[in-house]
Amino acid sequence: MTARPMGDLHERHDYLAWGGLHRFRQRIARPFFIDELPPILAARGNQSLLGSGCRRSYGDSGLNADNILIDMRGLDHLLAFDPTNGIVEAEAGLTLANILALARLSQNGAGQWFLPATPGTKFVTLGGAIANDVHGKNHHAAGCFGNHVLSLRLMRSDGTVLTCSPQENAELFKATIGGLGLTGLILSARFALKNVPGLWMEQENIRFATLDEFYVLAEKSYGWEYTVAWVDCFAPRQQLGRGVFTRARHVAAPANKRSNAPASKQLLTIPAALPNFILNTTTMKAFNTYLWYRASTKPTAEIVPFEKVLYPLDSIAHWNRIYGRRGFFQHQCVVPTAYAKEAMRSLLTEIRSAGLGSFLAVLKTFGDRPSPGMLSFPMEGTTLALDFPNTGAPTLALLDRLDDICTNAGGRVYAAKDGRIPARKFQQGYPAWKEFLPHVDPAFSSSFWRRVSAVSETGKAA
Amino acid sequence: MNIVIFGATSAIAQAVARLYAKDGANFFLVARKGDRLNTVASDLRARGAQCVTTQTADLTDRAGHAQLVALTASTLGTIDRVLLAYGTLGDQRAGETNSALMEREIHTNFLSVASLLTELANVMEPVGAGNIAVIGSVAGDRGRQSNYIYGSAKAGLAAFTLGLRHRLAPRGVSVTLVKPGFVDTPMTEAIAKRGPLWAAPDRVARDIRRGLDHGVAVIYTPWFWRWIMLIVCAVPDAIFRRIRL
Repeated sequence: MTARPMGDLHERHDYLAWGGLHRFRQRIARPFFIDELPPILAARGNQSLLGSGCRRSYGDSGLNADNILIDMRGLDHLLAFDPTNGIVEAEAGLTLANILALARLSQNGAGQWFLPATPGTKFVTLGGAIANDVHGKNHHAAGCFGNHVLSLRLMRSDGTVLTCSPQENAELFKATIGGLGLTGLILSARFALKNVPGLWMEQENIRFATLDEFYVLAEKSYGWEYTVAWVDCFAPRQQLGRGVFTRARHVAAPANKRSNAPASKQLLTIPAALPNFILNTTTMKAFNTYLWYRASTKPTAEIVPFEKVLYPLDSIAHWNRIYGRRGFFQHQCVVPTAYAKEAMRSLLTEIRSAGLGSFLAVLKTFGDRPSPGMLSFPMEGTTLALDFPNTGAPTLALLDRLDDICTNAGGRVYAAKDGRIPARKFQQGYPAWKEFLPHVDPAFSSSFWRRVSAVSETGKAA
Repeated sequence: MNIVIFGATSAIAQAVARLYAKDGANFFLVARKGDRLNTVASDLRARGAQCVTTQTADLTDRAGHAQLVALTASTLGTIDRVLLAYGTLGDQRAGETNSALMEREIHTNFLSVASLLTELANVMEPVGAGNIAVIGSVAGDRGRQSNYIYGSAKAGLAAFTLGLRHRLAPRGVSVTLVKPGFVDTPMTEAIAKRGPLWAAPDRVARDIRRGLDHGVAVIYTPWFWRWIMLIVCAVPDAIFRRIRL
């Protein structure tokens, strides 16, 4: 019971994305109950709207410069949870961390409920997971998060609320999964948890010396539910593509451990942006070389809590501040299988010769499960995720060349990681964007969308 | 465990309720808006609550209090925990020029709560068990120009709560006064929230549950507000009147 007027908006300058590159002025609405949304729609004037969550997207796809963000984190109610079949219905602002905490409490006879797919951080909202159709280390086995969404409720800017599922409003459902929040406001969703034997994981780390070896390992590890590899971008030329391959699967608690995996502790909080010079080519090279030599030359196997495998960076709060106030770029692309190996080699060679390096480079093969969304990022092939401290023009030039290698090989760049891709390359990578266009709510937009949907006077992408 | 919450849709109340839901508690939830209550009820059920009953009521209407408390008691049987978590943070400047607004603020935040506490005490005293927590505020510790209307209501509530505690202690009923500092909730949405003094409702809820379960007299949450307010109260008037606080 509050005296707060409904539908009020506050101008803020500190709603940044995870990469910290874009500093925009935005008006923020912060609803806590669904009934507060219609007054917000009414108060928008001629400004556009965009739902916002934990702002873990790196660039501008979750930002709406000089317009309105609806911070959905207050809408975090569970609407239903059936411990017999693992089906959850929740409001869009609930985080995957909240859902994991809930699943942790509910033994389901034989095992434990677990997220069917999860990105590399658990601090994302359900709405964000759907809007970006996130994927994880088990993509080859389980597809994207959207593959497990049974239905969702979408509020359009005219105030109507539509239930969307593969059966009902099916086209709008396909547009909303991976639709970057542009089809309206995702209010809630129903999705299915999966059954796992326990909250521990059997993990193997295997060092590989070349890109060819990576592909051999990926092929051989197809039966492992989770696979991912770290690649050393600073390796000498003859060892291009060296790294450490990790594969893991859920296991029951080992006899000498407590049945539930211990809740992950925040090991460290980066209290403020570190000075820019902390991450430079020398320190990044030293760190990557250390990772390479630290890894055992023989494969190692161990039983660890799932958090150590799935969310290694979540133990350091605000790790993005390591990059300093200048912020950083992420670049994640995928290239279809036929051209993947060649393209990965070109990408790594390009990064090497640019001399900028990437603090952490992650390589993974995607499986053949079709992505459910029109603008979903994953396709069968190989994905490479990179991050670069923002050094201005040289970084931008390198990213531009990486875009070219990827799009020329029939691939595309992940919108959730992007903050600068030109319209032409986006449209080339996502040919379904034209099919997506009619589903965009006229009152919803984002900084990203205004850039990548631009069409020049000749009818070609700007 | 049977829990009654007045103002059950407030952010702090929801956070406290979620802690008890995990342990399979039964709830009787009271708030003004029915659709919001239903959302909170399904949230608590999905989080493990056993039985959740909801009741809409305008708690500023004293006339309904006796009946409401009787309904609570008959629904739950025994009452183990009570949380009074409703209130308004009105516009101080508007209240300065409009005494009707000022009176309404004091009525909501003090008189109506005192009335509800009186009815509750009379039901719980004969039973001789149960813990009650009342959300006060650090604003009640010293009147300040920026929010003395709200602060005076909470100061009155503090004296009332501690007096009631004194009265009920020999009967086995405990009463706890909770004094949150800055909490990031809808009530404080109009304020620019930045800095280390702001706490999340979850953090405050953990403190409230601990204090409520143990029947502590006064809880400052987060803890450092005890020391901040000690200093604020110790500043001599000659200095205090020169600072805008």
